[in-house]
Amino acid sequence: MIRTQTNKQTTMKRPSVPTVITFFVIAAIYVGVFVLEQVVPSTSMLFTVLKKGAIYALVAVSMNLLNGFTGLFSLGQAGFMLIGAYTYGILTIPVAQRAAVYQYYDGGIVQFAMPVIPALILAGCFAAIFAFLIGLPVLRLKSDYLAIATLGFAEIVRSIFQWDKLGAITNGSNMLRLFPTFNDFNIKNADGDVLIYFSTTMPFVVVGICIAIIIALIHSSYGRALMSIRDDEVAAEAMGINLARHKQYAFCVSSFFAGIGGALLAMYSNSVQAKSFTSAMTYEILLIVVIGGIGSVTGSCMSAFLFVACSEWWLRFLDQKQMIGTWQVPLLRNGFRLVVFSLIIMVVVLFFRQGIMGTRELPDLFRRKKAKEAAK
Amino acid sequence: MKKALAILMVILMLIPTFSLAEDVVKIGVFEPASGDSGAGGKQEMLGMQYANSIVPTVEIGGTTYKVELIYADNGSSADKAPSAAQQLVSEGVSVVLGSYGSGVSIAGSQYFADANIPAIGVTCTNPQVTMGNTHYFRICFLDPFQGTALANYAFKELGATTAYCLAELGNDYDTGLAYYFKQAFEALGGTVMSDTFPTGNSDFSSYLSNATAIGAEVFFCPVSIAYSTQIVNQAGGQNVTYPIMGGDTLDNNKVVESAKGTNVKLLISTFYQEGGAPEFDEGFRAWINSDQEHLTNNGGNDMVAAFPAMGYDAYFVALEALKAAGSTDSKAVMEALWGVNYEGVTGAIAFDEIGDAKRDSAFIKTANTETGEWEFVTVQSVE
Amino acid sequence: MISIVLPYLLSGISVGGQYALIAIGYTMVYGILRLINFAHGDVFMVAGILMVYITSSGVPLYIAIPLVLIATALIGFVIERIAYKPLRSAPRMSIMISAIGVSYTLQNLVLYITGGLNQYYPTIPFISESVTIGTATTKMVTIVTPILTLVLVIALVLLINHTKIGMAMRAVSKDFETSQLMGIKINRVISVTFVIGSFLAGVGSILYFTNYTTVIQTSGAMPGLKAFVAAVFGGIGSIPGAVVGAFIIGICENIIKGLDIILFKAGITTQMLGLTTFSDAFTFALLIVILIVRPTGLFGEKTTDKV
Repeated sequence: MIRTQTNKQTTMKRPSVPTVITFFVIAAIYVGVFVLEQVVPSTSMLFTVLKKGAIYALVAVSMNLLNGFTGLFSLGQAGFMLIGAYTYGILTIPVAQRAAVYQYYDGGIVQFAMPVIPALILAGCFAAIFAFLIGLPVLRLKSDYLAIATLGFAEIVRSIFQWDKLGAITNGSNMLRLFPTFNDFNIKNADGDVLIYFSTTMPFVVVGICIAIIIALIHSSYGRALMSIRDDEVAAEAMGINLARHKQYAFCVSSFFAGIGGALLAMYSNSVQAKSFTSAMTYEILLIVVIGGIGSVTGSCMSAFLFVACSEWWLRFLDQKQMIGTWQVPLLRNGFRLVVFSLIIMVVVLFFRQGIMGTRELPDLFRRKKAKEAAK
Repeated sequence: MKKALAILMVILMLIPTFSLAEDVVKIGVFEPASGDSGAGGKQEMLGMQYANSIVPTVEIGGTTYKVELIYADNGSSADKAPSAAQQLVSEGVSVVLGSYGSGVSIAGSQYFADANIPAIGVTCTNPQVTMGNTHYFRICFLDPFQGTALANYAFKELGATTAYCLAELGNDYDTGLAYYFKQAFEALGGTVMSDTFPTGNSDFSSYLSNATAIGAEVFFCPVSIAYSTQIVNQAGGQNVTYPIMGGDTLDNNKVVESAKGTNVKLLISTFYQEGGAPEFDEGFRAWINSDQEHLTNNGGNDMVAAFPAMGYDAYFVALEALKAAGSTDSKAVMEALWGVNYEGVTGAIAFDEIGDAKRDSAFIKTANTETGEWEFVTVQSVE
Repeated sequence: MISIVLPYLLSGISVGGQYALIAIGYTMVYGILRLINFAHGDVFMVAGILMVYITSSGVPLYIAIPLVLIATALIGFVIERIAYKPLRSAPRMSIMISAIGVSYTLQNLVLYITGGLNQYYPTIPFISESVTIGTATTKMVTIVTPILTLVLVIALVLLINHTKIGMAMRAVSKDFETSQLMGIKINRVISVTFVIGSFLAGVGSILYFTNYTTVIQTSGAMPGLKAFVAAVFGGIGSIPGAVVGAFIIGICENIIKGLDIILFKAGITTQMLGLTTFSDAFTFALLIVILIVRPTGLFGEKTTDKV
């Protein structure tokens, strides 16, 4: 752990070869996504995976900041995503559409609509404010007690947003929809034909900026303080780190980005409903973090894409009856995909506890390769 | 190791593309096969499969096409619906049938709209499904109609003046129908108490006690099959005195079976009454009994509920549209759908300017608590 | 007033007893391994599914019930051996994640086997019959549950206080390492704990699903979480605590469901507030309050953090 940390510090000071390679790899990914989007038909499953993967990457990284870097075991992610998603939805539904969305509440009481980007930032802010309030009492708790308390808070938040009496704002337990989505970022001509696609690039850009901020934070003095809390709380306190303040800070920052992630998820799925932000969603994100490696931002990103691709795309064939010649492959029917998927997860959890990346990051990969080549 | 894994992944990705070059038209089936509404979704699919087994080809523009049904399980939940819809879109279907349940239809709607694929709602009754868009059609009646019809029946025929309304939180179908029922019932001069329960709840005894406490004369619960069986069962255990009323979702053999041997008076409204089209009933029964899997999906016996009949009609409406369009292009099908006029087993189907079927009557059925079967009561319409 | 509240109380006591039987599994495992066994609620659900499949294959009830209980206990044992034992020296977070993984696997397995359709629990004679108490009519199981729960708990407490394995369990929960050094076969003690916990969850599932007759892959999630909250509420590690906590939570939850009516009838409110929305949330609110005010729960022992 200490080794990678010092490595990172040196890479921060003067751009070394691995850093440059990393930069080019990331740039290549962005160019690749943009080009793919123009070339491949927009109905391909590929874009579903890319969009949802990017969103899950952001949420997983935000969870990793807490669980992996600060050592706070929080299971409240779905609750903060819900707050973000609702904030975004409530603020951006065009005024003309409100009567249709708030059909049982006379159009609701919010009668203005905001542009997308400020709404995204506000979504994060609201989630962070909630996190601050929740954090005051809850962050005093330790490990599994903290986990169960945050899980409980997520459930409470869900109920509050479903409450009929708040219906004029939240539309009760009904769906929020008709707000701007990723497809509204495509540049269209007068006939409605798409000229340039941005619907996948847009979430990539937003997620990229957010993750860059988180990485910068991890590498700051604050980030190092957080890691020292994870490694030894008592020692960290003895070194003069204000535990309560640092934990609160990490909790709010993590929730801020979870909120943005929730808002992006709303854009992706075209609708928001409190019902879908269950603890099962938090568990999914936690599993992504574990598969990627607790304490690795790169790992969380990679495993988010793998996780989404497997569950939505690659393993889909397991749900359908398949014939090889005249032989019908046994076991394959609806639901088998999830069984295989959960067994893979169990194997990773039990036998590959380090996950894909352990605590390594993208630049470390190139460093190792170089070292290997030198050895040859 | 990594290379082998990479090759494996590539192979896996290629598998779905192994289809033979034949004239095939794909119809997407956007239905829940799992979750709270899974049982209903499966029944609708049975209707489509039965229709497909009778008429497996369609003549489009002089060529005979084989009709292939592509299934996507929307899991009865609005958060799984987008990826199921995406899956159908990426398969390149010409038209989509479904879904059972309004919430999932609304959640999947935009994906079909973006890909210019028309969708034919089979039994999604919430007005929001077709409102404000040009690609979603539906062949069933709507909740404002159904809610009003049921309220009229409860007030006028049952003589109830106090009603207790129970809906699942966040279920668009439930909340919609409960809302319209309440509006209509109060307009008639009755009083309504509305209540909700969280998803996954299984203890309804307190809700039943609530209804007793306010002196309800009717218990209206337009909820999913999973919950309605529990409500009826627990109502039987509590020996409730008020009748239980529900919407079309309760038209299921498990629901009626749970009333068997109890004192519960169960009344529902639905789209089709067994015996309405004897030829269809007979053929469908024979087909159901020919395969154990079909029998299981129909709820364990060969009762003909409204959903298979509706699924059956939806399939033929889609074929009509394909014929009229003269092409498998989804945009052409969408335009052709507006002009479709089809005489189905559940009645005549034609679409109005919103895309809804013009229907003006609902069947009211009651559960025979001795035999555990549905009995026809009346045809209810709204004046 | 009493006649209004009575039906809610009855439902509350019944569901409380069922939560109690699940909560004991949580509290015993936590007491020994310091592990929140997230899969415990799913073991409870699997017991329900097993019953459905065993009886539908034609096995009579008097064989099916013991068979289900034994199978459930066995599942608990196997889960511990496969998913928790290899991680005994790993950080606590890893074991908890493994527990979440097991829960995910069990749910998906059941989803696959049942095809995602609701399964209908067989009717068990006697406890399914209706019975009238005062103004309320309910199923026999409502009365049987608290009695059976108390009998089982007393038996369990006797087992823990007066047998050799019970003593070993107490020793292990006091100090894991030291008891190992003293020659206690840790793995055996842990296995016994899981077997007892799962067995009681099996009993709970029979009572629970007789009352609420449908079983689906997610049926165990909410009762599991609530039972866990009950265990924390009563002081995790304490068996009487878990039982008391479970009854309190069961009763509160049902009172909340009827609170609108009760308040309205008592003339405190003039309109319905829609409070039933919070019937689940209330449980968690209670949990957070107790964690903050009295982190060790009602009957929990005070533990000190060793540096």
